[in-house]
Amino acid sequence: MSSIVIYTILSLSGLGAAAAVILYMAARKFKVYEDPRIDEVEEVLPGANCGGCGYPGCRAFAEAVVKAEDLSEFYCPVGGNETMQQVAEILGQEIEEKEPQVAVVRCAGSFENAPAITRYDGPASCAIESMLYSGETGCPYACLGKGDCVEACDFEAIFMNEQTGLPYVIDHNCTACGACVEACPRDIIELRKRNKKDRKIYVACVNQDKGALTRKACRVGCIGCGKCVKVCPFDAITLENSLAYIDPVKCKLCRKCVAVCPTNSILEVGFPPRRKKAKEKSESVQSESKGEN
Amino acid sequence: MKRAYRMNMLKTFTKGGVHPPENKLSGNKPIEKLGLPKQVSIPIAQHIGAPSTPVVNKKDKVKAGDIIAKSQGFVSSNIHASVSGTVSKVGEVMDTSGFRKPAVIINVEDDEWNDSIDTSSDIIRNISYSSQEIVDKILEAGIVGMGGATFPSHVKLSVPEGKKIDTLVINGVECEPYLTSDHRVMLERTEEMLIGVKLIKKALGVDRVLIGIERNKPDAVDHITNFVSEEEGMEVYPLKVKYPQGGEKQLIKALLDREVPSGGLPLDVGVVVHNVGTALAVYEALQKNKPLIERVVTVTGKSLSKPSNFMVRIGTPVKDLIEAAGGLPEDTGKIVSGGPMMGKALNSLDVPVVKGTSGILVIPEREAHRAEEFNCIRCGKCVDVCPMGLEPYLLKQLARLERYEECEENAIMDCMECGSCSFTCPARVPLLDYIRFGKTNVSQLIRNRKQK
Amino acid sequence: MDNNKVLTVSPSPHVYENISVRKLMYGVVVALIPALGWSVISFGIGAIIVTLVSVLSCIAFEYLIQKFLLKQKPTVTDGSALVTGLLLAFNVPSNLPVGIIIIGALVAIGMGKMSFGGLGTNPFNPALVGRVFLLISFPVQMTSWPEPKGFGTNYIDAQTGATPLGILQEEGDVAVPQLMDKMPQYSDLFYGQMGGSLGEMAAFALIIGFIILLYLRVISWHIPVSTVLSVGVFTGILWLADPTQYADPLFHILSGGLLLGAIFMATDYVTSPMTNKAKWIYGIGIGVLTVIIRVFGSYPEGVSFAILIMNAFVPILNRYIKPDRFGKEVQHG
Repeated sequence: MSSIVIYTILSLSGLGAAAAVILYMAARKFKVYEDPRIDEVEEVLPGANCGGCGYPGCRAFAEAVVKAEDLSEFYCPVGGNETMQQVAEILGQEIEEKEPQVAVVRCAGSFENAPAITRYDGPASCAIESMLYSGETGCPYACLGKGDCVEACDFEAIFMNEQTGLPYVIDHNCTACGACVEACPRDIIELRKRNKKDRKIYVACVNQDKGALTRKACRVGCIGCGKCVKVCPFDAITLENSLAYIDPVKCKLCRKCVAVCPTNSILEVGFPPRRKKAKEKSESVQSESKGEN
Repeated sequence: MKRAYRMNMLKTFTKGGVHPPENKLSGNKPIEKLGLPKQVSIPIAQHIGAPSTPVVNKKDKVKAGDIIAKSQGFVSSNIHASVSGTVSKVGEVMDTSGFRKPAVIINVEDDEWNDSIDTSSDIIRNISYSSQEIVDKILEAGIVGMGGATFPSHVKLSVPEGKKIDTLVINGVECEPYLTSDHRVMLERTEEMLIGVKLIKKALGVDRVLIGIERNKPDAVDHITNFVSEEEGMEVYPLKVKYPQGGEKQLIKALLDREVPSGGLPLDVGVVVHNVGTALAVYEALQKNKPLIERVVTVTGKSLSKPSNFMVRIGTPVKDLIEAAGGLPEDTGKIVSGGPMMGKALNSLDVPVVKGTSGILVIPEREAHRAEEFNCIRCGKCVDVCPMGLEPYLLKQLARLERYEECEENAIMDCMECGSCSFTCPARVPLLDYIRFGKTNVSQLIRNRKQK
Repeated sequence: MDNNKVLTVSPSPHVYENISVRKLMYGVVVALIPALGWSVISFGIGAIIVTLVSVLSCIAFEYLIQKFLLKQKPTVTDGSALVTGLLLAFNVPSNLPVGIIIIGALVAIGMGKMSFGGLGTNPFNPALVGRVFLLISFPVQMTSWPEPKGFGTNYIDAQTGATPLGILQEEGDVAVPQLMDKMPQYSDLFYGQMGGSLGEMAAFALIIGFIILLYLRVISWHIPVSTVLSVGVFTGILWLADPTQYADPLFHILSGGLLLGAIFMATDYVTSPMTNKAKWIYGIGIGVLTVIIRVFGSYPEGVSFAILIMNAFVPILNRYIKPDRFGKEVQHG
């Protein structure tokens, strides 16, 4: 009996030793020279492999960064400026700081605001639904609500709201990697400048139809009336194809446009409640934006 | 003649195929002329290729047969007014996908026809055109493939240099369940259609014409066989019933045992395929000078009180057709433009009939929904039934994982979206949905590669 | 007209064939009934007890594992656990103690199926995983074959004897023609009048099952035919080379679990290849391995091992054996 145990131990140890020697030799023989800085850079990267930088993973990004002469083309949206600063230090280069961004869902066509006029019966995928037809609501630009963005997010920063059928972004989780923007077949999600206290003012609509059609399909769609354009003191709002767009960089968050919008399609998020005049309206908007956020 | 066909010698294609229930409810209903609608909306893009440019303006008076949009480029087609009246606007109309597309909207007044059109019912048998004249005339008349693909017909007739065509195949298969419009055309407009076939034959300069008809239409087979028995070089072949025999590649395989190469066209094996509806349209365009402004549409469905075949002006809203077929049944769940295998579900009844609308199918609520999806049990039935020899289970998985290069390696672009795989899948995996998604992305990939 | 009707919109096709996973599984169950009936007639109460225990415990384990371990929606109604339970019962002797059957069911469902993610994802045939586990763990109980004595109430204490293949293996030194005297007649083999696992002995009942499977379009003929053919050809070659050393092909085809394996086990959807070409290779592989194990190996019977080994090759077969693509063989132009 004991001899069996001894033989077993001996043979297994021998096997292990032989394998170790072979592996060591192989590693020596097939060693490829790699810039040690690649490992260093990879070390400071977040390691989420989200692809937000445009490379298939952190390792690929590190390789590209080390090879590159100039860092201005590279940005890790997840790690942000801090990480890029570290990368620049490793490589002995300078970088410019970039504005932090956050994903914003530009559709408020909830079940209530834009009722479904057909019923989609197919795989739960926005990409497939959008290939098939204009969607369940009357608005051919609206969010399809099948959650491709949620699927794409690696940071648990975007979820579907069961009540509204729309996705909402959890700002402090969002790294602005852009995966949801890429995943959305309707281009509803936009990366916008991240303001102080996560305050936001944006047109929650991407419908480019004429006003009458938009109004028919959705209660809170932008009808392109242009009132916001006129009222904006900073020339931040442009109107194109019956759709207003607020430039996030020019916008100073004065909230004048929110007050004049006849369809409540401009949303304000993260502001303290308004007083006096526009109280009623702001309440309704606030309750809307709660659903959003 | 070739009357002595025996059942066991019937031809068919060899690979894959399924047998959906035929449900040809309107097979014995003669073609009825549908009354004129109050308003027609004629989309300016009814064909594969470049959209046409409208040449009419608001408030213009038009007569039926007047050109209202001119073709742009070689793969494109003219669009004609299908009714007489006043152009209400050059605006938009919902297409079958629910998106708004440019269209000419005409308010119908009276029923006046362009003077050059011969509206009598006399059959003109004498062919007095040269082959080039025939092609030109087909281009002018805006004729596209009437089987549903809506590929401009003159393009198919313009054989590129270096290609030799030896056979013209006429597709009277109508393998889609429910649809009967081609069947009725073959029965009621036989002679006209055959003159159309002769015109196409002359345009191509071929000696041999094969007409393929599935065996489930024995009356059409007999009828046409009688007509062509004295014709030189025309043969009628009854085919075994199997979907998707109406696919060009399958039909050529069945009749001639030639395989169109992957990524190729019937031209590559010396064949051109035209639908019987197209042949009829060619006859009318040349012998009657009548452009393609109306077509036969099957309106059918299990709970519809009066399944019918209508001769419908292009641009008529679908709801008029359903009204004429007995009104929308109470239990309607889904309305499909085309057949149940490849047709497109509509999201509105305001969609107009276009050149490619072969049928309107009303599906009752109880059959409108998909069954619950199970795990793939890897039974391989999808591989068995794929007429193109693909592996749908694999393509679906690869497309879902966005591994598009591998999709391409596994010949995803050969898929013709016949739906046999989804039809047969016992686990109800949405195979075709994902394959279509994969195809879209792979074609994007191929385009990007070409640009580089 | 009612324009407010909410229409359903879905991608084509809009009609579906009248088959489902459930129907296919119950089709297999129906096809197994003749063989089950025959073993109840031949083995009596033991066959009923073994089958019931195996089926019930397979279903119970699947339900419990899905509900409490994996926290999924239980899918036991799809019938696949029922099929696994039946096949496991078919592959064990009809006097196997209840406890051992339950262990076998746990291994079949738990290890063979659910550990890979449930129906459709397991690489090996679950019933065979259970069976081979039992064969290795309980070799005595698993190889004491009760003799078919007609319907009776004997269960554990049924009279046992050797299987024809067992005799062949045990008495390897004796020339085969002499051994044949001890063997059942071919007609006995055909009608299941010999010792063996619960469901494997009655060739005619299994062939009826095969016809039912083909009629219900549950399986294609490729795997069973290629398996049986390759066993026939391979043993035929051996037999022609030396009839004193090797048994004839018909004996090999009718004895042991070959028909059960070829018709019901090898054709399991999940663990068999997709294309017809690959099915041929798979079937031939099973046949050849079976004969190798039977003739040259130390086990008298090798169908289970052969199928499990070929199961392992299925992913490779699926990867490299593609169906004939339409228009791929043709030259352009």
